[in-house]
Amino acid sequence: MADRHLYPDTPELRARWGAFAWTVENAEKAKVIVARYPEGRQRSAVMPLLDLAQRQVGAETQTQGWLPIPVMEYVAAYLDMPIIRVIEVATFYTMYNLVPVGKFHVQVCGTTPCMLRGSDDLIAACKKRKMPTGGVSEDGLWTFTEVECMGNCASAPMVQINDDNYEDLTAERLDAVLDALARGESPKTGTQEPGRHTVEPAGALSNLTAMVSENHDYRGEW
Amino acid sequence: MPKVKVDGVEIEVPQGATVLQACELAGKEIPRFCYHERLSIAGNCRMCLVEVKPGPPKPQASCALPAAEGQEIRTDSEMVKKAREGVMEFLLINHPLDCPICDQGGECDLQDQSVAYGRGTSRYHEHKRAVTEKYMGPLIKTVMTRCIQCTRCVRFSEEIAGVDEIGALYRGENMQISTYLEKAATHELSANVIDLCPVGALTSRPYAFEARPWELKKTLSIDVSDAVGSNIRVDARGREVLRILPRINDDVNEEWLSDKGRYMVDGLAKRRLDRPFIRLDGKLKAVSWDEALAAVAKIAPGSSVAAVAGDLVDVETMFAAKQLLAGLGSSLLEGRQTGLAYTATNLAAVNFNSTFAGIESADAILIVGSHIRWEAAVLNARLRKAVKRGAKVFAIGPVWDATYPVEFLGEDAAVLNQLPAHVWSALQGATRPALILGGAALAKGALEAALGVSDQLGLVRTLEDGSGWNGFNVLHMAASRMGGLMLGYAQAGGIADLAAAKPKMLLSLGADEVDYTKFADSMIVYVGHHGDKGAHAADVILPASAFTEKAGIYVNTEGRVQFAEKAVFAPGDAREDWAILRALAEVLGVNVGFDSFDELRAALFAQVPAFAQEGLVDYGALPAGVTGSASGQITYPIKDFYLTNPIARSSDTLARCSAELLHGEKLAEAAE
Repeated sequence: MADRHLYPDTPELRARWGAFAWTVENAEKAKVIVARYPEGRQRSAVMPLLDLAQRQVGAETQTQGWLPIPVMEYVAAYLDMPIIRVIEVATFYTMYNLVPVGKFHVQVCGTTPCMLRGSDDLIAACKKRKMPTGGVSEDGLWTFTEVECMGNCASAPMVQINDDNYEDLTAERLDAVLDALARGESPKTGTQEPGRHTVEPAGALSNLTAMVSENHDYRGEW
Repeated sequence: MPKVKVDGVEIEVPQGATVLQACELAGKEIPRFCYHERLSIAGNCRMCLVEVKPGPPKPQASCALPAAEGQEIRTDSEMVKKAREGVMEFLLINHPLDCPICDQGGECDLQDQSVAYGRGTSRYHEHKRAVTEKYMGPLIKTVMTRCIQCTRCVRFSEEIAGVDEIGALYRGENMQISTYLEKAATHELSANVIDLCPVGALTSRPYAFEARPWELKKTLSIDVSDAVGSNIRVDARGREVLRILPRINDDVNEEWLSDKGRYMVDGLAKRRLDRPFIRLDGKLKAVSWDEALAAVAKIAPGSSVAAVAGDLVDVETMFAAKQLLAGLGSSLLEGRQTGLAYTATNLAAVNFNSTFAGIESADAILIVGSHIRWEAAVLNARLRKAVKRGAKVFAIGPVWDATYPVEFLGEDAAVLNQLPAHVWSALQGATRPALILGGAALAKGALEAALGVSDQLGLVRTLEDGSGWNGFNVLHMAASRMGGLMLGYAQAGGIADLAAAKPKMLLSLGADEVDYTKFADSMIVYVGHHGDKGAHAADVILPASAFTEKAGIYVNTEGRVQFAEKAVFAPGDAREDWAILRALAEVLGVNVGFDSFDELRAALFAQVPAFAQEGLVDYGALPAGVTGSASGQITYPIKDFYLTNPIARSSDTLARCSAELLHGEKLAEAAE
């Protein structure tokens, strides 16, 4: 996060993105989003609109998408708000990419539960595949970021790739997922542990066993 | 009115007060960085922690906590002491230890408060955060590594200045204060963030490495760059004025100052007239005072003499000139250099009657021919406050960016004669309607028309609570204007009357905006301080003092009499204006009735007693039954905010501001 920075405002960037405007579907979506907020509070729509803009950029560039300065200016003008307020929001939240990313933005959770469950191996696996941090790999497919907790601790370790989570990973399982993605397939999302559905206990129940068959009232036992 | 106990002493505080304000009322000092009386509450520095019961068993930020009935507040407990030490230690973690090379040193909140409330030592051994330089324009020097992220500057530019251009980018430890794409801050009050910055992150660029605050002699003075009469402090070392800072006066400038008033300082030392000159064969030749005075004596104008006052002169200078002319038998006095000729027999009709503090409470405002942001930048912040409270603002004149919503009704002054129905009903329906008439409107004969409108709308009224309200306002642009009008510096036909009289001698008191080609037959004696337009046209130049170099009285556009003190001596052979005029009286053989500055003031107060009393002058009631019609395309007189007077035109800093901020020139960083 510390190395987040705005992409330089160059004439080339202006030439590429200066004419950014909503596509027909996105224009519809933007209208719906803005309409969610009360009259006079349209600026509240800045976060979903930045996300929409990032996705549109992603669709145009065949990547996860990012926010070039002219695109943020477009959103600011669309909501009639000062550009600096838009930049403040975009730079605050790490989900907004401020620099170009690859087709697959691999975000590996490195926070304590994932680390204890082997996220270091996942990071090493990514490094082995030559995924650059904060840049795009040579084939244009990969961008690597180490992130903080994504809230999947029960199925740690996990990575988030674009909009999907892949959990219960090992270096091999991650490799399999990444290979499948590279081939253009859509690997199964969620837990990669055979036999596990979501984040139910991995082994037998260790507590609240009386709740399995009926709604048991534990209060008297505390 | 809740009653609270502060350190065991029970006090009553106003409804809606915060705990911090309650502590201040009880006389306790609460350290703070982010809290500022005139800005919204942010609560992000945590320096103002106090112990409050009832409440959670931990220190609380007093700036954001409302004072409530029965609270027991402690500012002196062990918990508070530890909390302050802890916050101070955290703030200093990333703050560089560069006080010896920091311009804020000696007037730094962080420095002072770390001495008063810090632990004294640091336990931090890691690397400190560093932040890349941010460019903020020619006035604001940034060292963002020193920033403690109080966001005062962000809140100032959004709330007071109304120009969202400073923001806090990124988050947490990496938060950085920056303008958008590091563009220069462009509004007229931008440099006030320098005063607001509690540390040395934002300092004054032109003043960088000039002096330490304890070396400076501080003199209380009045800003002359516009007719607001902002209260200022002139900081000088030796004979040189190094900087100008605003003083707090809630009735006038609150605690802000326009960039022009603040940064025309370096103009005080440039292009100065520091010795007398006389024109020989079309060329100015430096001479001694005796020769210059002899040259004036040789003109021997008799009663064929006129005087025109510049925008920056004080009342005493104008009075001395008036006495001189009276002695010679002339009353051709004029101060409206550019040819305005509005009626000035009733001064209430050319005064800002609502007062600056009062205009904040107006609920419908019609601006006629005034680019307020440039003509009185500090007043524009007040109008912004009025709009925030719900006032509607309409304007007649070319469109300008007001920083608040304004409905522009047209560029022709004639709109005033027949106001659109919705504007009329808005003004009629308002409790405190106000009208602001600018110089551009006065030039189109709008004064009578506006007085007519004022009559019909009843801008002067008694409010329900019994207090009076006068919504008729004229906004002048010259610091000398109201004082001049009070002394009779107004001819019925304006300066054209002076030209028509073809005086043998024209006494120019620092008048640099006059079209001197109209006075081709007159000998022009210029008493002023800068080699500007007036000096170029002059036949005799008598070097005088700038506003920092003489004591003087100024009357602002509200009719507020204010006294300025002398900060430094004039350079070279320049003398104080009154003394020059006294010497002229001597060589012209006239008795002006004073031999010293004190005698001059005594004579002045005897003639116009209103000058003796600081504060608002009572000009009586508005003239009744006046009607007239205005017509003509309105054009604002100020073409360049930064270069409106001879001092500003001599300033390198303001020249750079004008080039970079108004004309968009890309200037390379000056070689320093």
